Amino acid sequence: MRNVLTIVRKELHSYFVSPVAYVVLTGFLLLGGWFFFNLLSRFNLLLRIYTQLQQGAADQLNLNDFVISPLMHNLSIILVILVPMITMRAYAEEKKDGTYELLLTSPLRAGEIVLGKFFACFLFICIMIGMTGVYPLVLMVFGNPEIGVMLASYLGLLLLATAFAAVGLLTSSFTENQIIAAVSALVATLLLYIIGWPADTAGDILGPVLRYLSATEHFAEMVKGVVDTRDLVYFMSLILLSLFLTQRSVESLRWR
Amino acid sequence: MIEVQNLTKRYGDLTAVSEVSFRVESGQILGFLGPNGSGKTTTMRVITGFMPATTGTVKVAGFDIFDDSFEARKRIGYLPEAPPLYNDMVVTAYLRFVARIKGMARAAIPDALDRVLNRCGLTDVADRVTGYLSKGYRQRVGLAQAIIHNPDVLVLDEPTVGLDPQQIIGIRNLIKELAGEHTVILSTHILPEVVQVCEKVVIISAGRVVVEDMIENLTQGQTLEDVFLHAIAQEDSGEIVESATAIEEASE
Repeated sequence: MRNVLTIVRKELHSYFVSPVAYVVLTGFLLLGGWFFFNLLSRFNLLLRIYTQLQQGAADQLNLNDFVISPLMHNLSIILVILVPMITMRAYAEEKKDGTYELLLTSPLRAGEIVLGKFFACFLFICIMIGMTGVYPLVLMVFGNPEIGVMLASYLGLLLLATAFAAVGLLTSSFTENQIIAAVSALVATLLLYIIGWPADTAGDILGPVLRYLSATEHFAEMVKGVVDTRDLVYFMSLILLSLFLTQRSVESLRWR
Repeated sequence: MIEVQNLTKRYGDLTAVSEVSFRVESGQILGFLGPNGSGKTTTMRVITGFMPATTGTVKVAGFDIFDDSFEARKRIGYLPEAPPLYNDMVVTAYLRFVARIKGMARAAIPDALDRVLNRCGLTDVADRVTGYLSKGYRQRVGLAQAIIHNPDVLVLDEPTVGLDPQQIIGIRNLIKELAGEHTVILSTHILPEVVQVCEKVVIISAGRVVVEDMIENLTQGQTLEDVFLHAIAQEDSGEIVESATAIEEASE
């Protein structure tokens, strides 16, 4: 456990001492802010039109469906692209710089290295998503969104990003080339994102399977405010499977 | 202290090291020589537990590097060919990190840090970021990293490569000081360095040990250069003879 913490601290240190963290955070907040601004002004416009049309029509509009939900889906797409940028260096850079030799010849277990890197990445993602918390706060000050739904959406976003990070760490552990690590993570997470698309036409057996594999399906449920164990199990299994494979990949150097 | 037995390492079809055996006694400094590509780095990587042997065993301080890897790794300090520095870390933060992952108790770290900073002449650059240090200083930080947890065994892969003469002398003296309390494997291409520093010499060529002897036995009436060149030439001609017989056999 002590070793895991040591690695977490070192990893967080290198995130924030290099420009990577700041570029990623700024980019994420800039794009997120742009989405939020546009969704909100569209909502305003709709509100004005509906009130002019007939009395009480504006009640059909609510902040959750028209602002929070599309915002969450937009943010999830940015995360597909940004998370691989955060995770790509995790192992690839250590291999390239020769510091991997230091880690592997130290009395550390492969699992400790893997968990340390994962938790550091998880904390970074928490910071990243936490900073978008301003948007719901603004909504709460000027409107009345459903808090439960918002919390469920945020849990969904966090789980989604964490699962993507676990996949990204796995691909980084395979290579010493950061570009390869990032591209394969991007392809893998994007595939998880869109794998459910043919589900409706894929037949009775394959259809539900594809739908279950799709990260978006589970994420969409949570954005609706439904926190089902099925979805939690999906994300947790994805995370644990990736971590397990990463551990095997790091350890493989010792028995290859 | 270090016992290498019949170590063979293959990468696919390529045999990097073949049936290598040698011993280093406690407190001894071993000069580990051989031409480039002869398998020195591979051997050191197996000894330090970075990669496993295909066959054969390595024991460090009585612990098998494969079966008792954890205990063995605690007792090894390793300076790879390129010092394993995190380029965005300050020297002291880096050394503290290394001390922790080597399993040192938190309370013992400040003293150990002072000790290695002094010993390796790093006090002036203690607060500098390692990425901006000159090559000589990087090498010294690498050495500090290898000795911070006071390991029984030190494995140094070409520690003086690319340094200026003054720095080479500095590092050489440091290694001499370390003898006695540490057992050292020193790989290098600078033969006079070996004569000055080491007690024992192992020369490998094309993945095989061609010479293993005490330095005073080797340098009677000849220089280490002669010994080295002779040993390597023998191995080369051996190969030529082998391939020549192979051609003869094939043509018959």
